[in-house]
Amino acid sequence: MPREVIDLPYQMDYLSILDEDGQLMDEDLEPAIPEDRLLQLHRTMVLVRRFDERMLQLQRQGRIGTFAPVRGQEAAQMGIVAALRDSDWMVPSFREQAAAIWRGQSLESILVANGGFYQGNAMAEGTRNLPVAVPVGTQPLHAVGLSYAIRYRGDDDVVVTFFGDGATSQGDFHEAMNFAGVWKTPTIFVCQNNQWAISVPRTRQTASKTLAQKALAYGIPGLQVDGNDILAVYVAGEEAAERARSGEGPTMIECVTYRLAVHTTADDPSRYRDEEEVEEWRRREPLSRFQTYLKQKDLLSDGDIEAVEDEVKKEIQDAVDRAEKRMDELAGEELSMFDHIYAEVPPYLREQRDELARELQAKEGNDA
Amino acid sequence: MPKMHMVDALNTALHQEMGQDDRVIVLGEDVGVDGGVFRVTDGLIEAFGEERVIDTPLAEAGIVGTSIGMAVHGLRPVCEIQFSGFSYLAFHQLEAHAARMRWRSRGAYTVPMVLRTPYSGGVRALEHHSESREAYWAHTPGLKMVIPSTPRNARALLVSAIRHPDPVVFYEPKAVYRAFREEVPEEEETWPIGKARVVREGDDITMISYGAMMRPTLEAADRLAEDDGVEAEVIDILTIAPLDYETFAESARKTGRVVIVHEAPRSFGPGAEIVARLVEKSFWYLEAPIRRVTGYDVVIPLFAYEKAYLPSAARVLRAARETLETPA
Repeated sequence: MPREVIDLPYQMDYLSILDEDGQLMDEDLEPAIPEDRLLQLHRTMVLVRRFDERMLQLQRQGRIGTFAPVRGQEAAQMGIVAALRDSDWMVPSFREQAAAIWRGQSLESILVANGGFYQGNAMAEGTRNLPVAVPVGTQPLHAVGLSYAIRYRGDDDVVVTFFGDGATSQGDFHEAMNFAGVWKTPTIFVCQNNQWAISVPRTRQTASKTLAQKALAYGIPGLQVDGNDILAVYVAGEEAAERARSGEGPTMIECVTYRLAVHTTADDPSRYRDEEEVEEWRRREPLSRFQTYLKQKDLLSDGDIEAVEDEVKKEIQDAVDRAEKRMDELAGEELSMFDHIYAEVPPYLREQRDELARELQAKEGNDA
Repeated sequence: MPKMHMVDALNTALHQEMGQDDRVIVLGEDVGVDGGVFRVTDGLIEAFGEERVIDTPLAEAGIVGTSIGMAVHGLRPVCEIQFSGFSYLAFHQLEAHAARMRWRSRGAYTVPMVLRTPYSGGVRALEHHSESREAYWAHTPGLKMVIPSTPRNARALLVSAIRHPDPVVFYEPKAVYRAFREEVPEEEETWPIGKARVVREGDDITMISYGAMMRPTLEAADRLAEDDGVEAEVIDILTIAPLDYETFAESARKTGRVVIVHEAPRSFGPGAEIVARLVEKSFWYLEAPIRRVTGYDVVIPLFAYEKAYLPSAARVLRAARETLETPA
């Protein structure tokens, strides 16, 4: 038989549990998330949404720099990390504020980093989150290395890495998937397919029908989920985490979601996409769907939502106040640019540090 | 002559070269419909269509690697890497292939491509958006490395780069993109790759710089003239590799005192090579130690401390005065 058909399992699940209005479609698929956990997720989602809006305001006022808003992708991130343990690792790209806040990163530190101070990137002790990775698609390899090390140490923690639809075009992404498949590492690859890589739509990024199917080529399971349905994302994350923890290897999850805001605050989407498309996705945004679900379960009332809104408003204001105070304090610490380059400061860098100190003094003299 | 910003001058160069040479292809992330994140490629897709102005998938190695193939087959690709901080994802394509195809094929195949990419700090950007790492490319045999400093020379150099027979890495100082306007002639203008330019004549001290640092350097030169009665000769390198050492060595032989300014980290930076050439070519004429005013050997800080990192006119001025105070 010189030429025969190779039988490939060319099928892929698409999972959604809530419909576009937030109604439960199939009770059998509903995850058993404790009520207090559901309310905690809701509170954090409101916090993330309002914080994102506040950051946009601060950026427009020139009080912080360019940043990448997360609006619309809250469920696609939080559903995953809600299914993780604190000792699991998270390896983000640059738009994962929702996941980071759920995993303990302070609002204050996010503001300080976006205010141009690297001090805001200091990772809080005990958290296992890598700092943001700006070069697209470069970080999934680190997740595979972390997962290998976890298994080498005999632990059962897992690693989740986030990246976008654009990242699936990068070589590093494919290398990471391939290594994970070969090494069978406890890695969860989460693609935030928000439909746009700046101005390039998903359809121009790859000729594949789905992004999840990239997993098939590497011999690892792939799954596509409604990324604006926090229950579906949670179920996918939980399944993948269980597989990874029990030694069955990596999974790729494609969260189908939408970037409702700008790519970054330097971007003008009106140049490349129609408002009708945005409006279409706005109807399916994750927060209101989650709220509908919680209301139907009698876990949440309009009054509760109002109370949560008031709480997070105050929490955000406190964080902004603290961050501004902190940034004022840090403003004169230019010499810290020589910190954390190496374990020890080599002599030539000490000389340059002294040189900068003299420059700053001379400048002060001139200004006086 | 119309006055324009550097972004518009570069756009003019691309429009004109594409208009008269159908081998010229523009490709990169967001260069088409969006017109480039800095609008350098604005209007090209409308004028020349999707086949010649390609919004690529998000992959720097893909952009550079396919450009190499296009160039080998006779096209003149002008690819864009959105920020120079992301060009390292294509490092192997440039180093292993673009730079060596001529050499490896013993001249049978060549790579007449241009890699355009914005570099430089000072625009309150995110990490990886402010670096100045021209030394990587200048250190790579087979690549040419160009950095314009004004709208007019940017336009002239980009035209020359597109017509150049070898791969050119073309760094655009993003801090200058919209900083000022300059008259740019409508008719064709070129400037040779590998040629520096004396932009201010003087007999007392030589100041050498390029790119975004030309502005603080020239400002310091003006201050020296006004406050100290000192006439500085200012040289704009324009091409980092190959370095036009004869122009600055000759100036140093005249003035005997030299200050070099760049925002790239000091160690192994272009300034180090310039010093070496001066020592080789003008040693017996030097009257004071050569000074370098540069970025420090650290990761360029996020924007809160950026000003302290970047050479300022005041820093250049102090270095120049120290150089001048050294007795002959």
